[in-house]
Amino acid sequence: MIRSELLQAMARDNPDLKAEEIEQVVDIFFEEIASRLAGGGRVELRGFGAFSTRERQARTGRNPRTGESVDVPAKRVPYFKPGKEMRARLNVK
Amino acid sequence: MAETVGTLTRADLADTMNRRMGFSRSESLELVESLLNHMCEALSKGENVKVSGFGSFILRDKAERIGRNPKTGVEVPITSRRVLTFRASQLLKQRIDAAA
Repeated sequence: MIRSELLQAMARDNPDLKAEEIEQVVDIFFEEIASRLAGGGRVELRGFGAFSTRERQARTGRNPRTGESVDVPAKRVPYFKPGKEMRARLNVK
Repeated sequence: MAETVGTLTRADLADTMNRRMGFSRSESLELVESLLNHMCEALSKGENVKVSGFGSFILRDKAERIGRNPKTGVEVPITSRRVLTFRASQLLKQRIDAAA
């Protein structure tokens, strides 16, 4: 499923809404999550999962092509942990 | 970075929809719920979900393997399963790292 298919599915659920309203709803949803993570916070969506960020230490990496070592600086990366219900839903036989 | 910002929840997302779009609170909550449901549904059907500019939710099928109870040392089979991973887009990664 890609973003445009998500928009279509949302439009079917909400025939009273304009296409651009649906689009705004989806934009706000992902934008709010991104900005909370950028602000150092967490996002918890029960049943779906939780987004947070993790610190990665600086390390010495290697260019796989040339074998040269390169310094990879410390960074903060996004992290997602699926919720219990989500994990269960993926594994129903 | 110190934990200065709280946890964002469905209710907060619905609140923002309500303020920014003028939908009622219950309507806003329904929209948030509907969005999550569609993503869950696609994933439970075995479809990956890709949201450009944000990231991709990717399913991976794991084979059965032998695990060990770390407390007792007893070997137990871990059944094959499907797991969900998230790959953030380059944009989201940059944004989060730039703000650190």
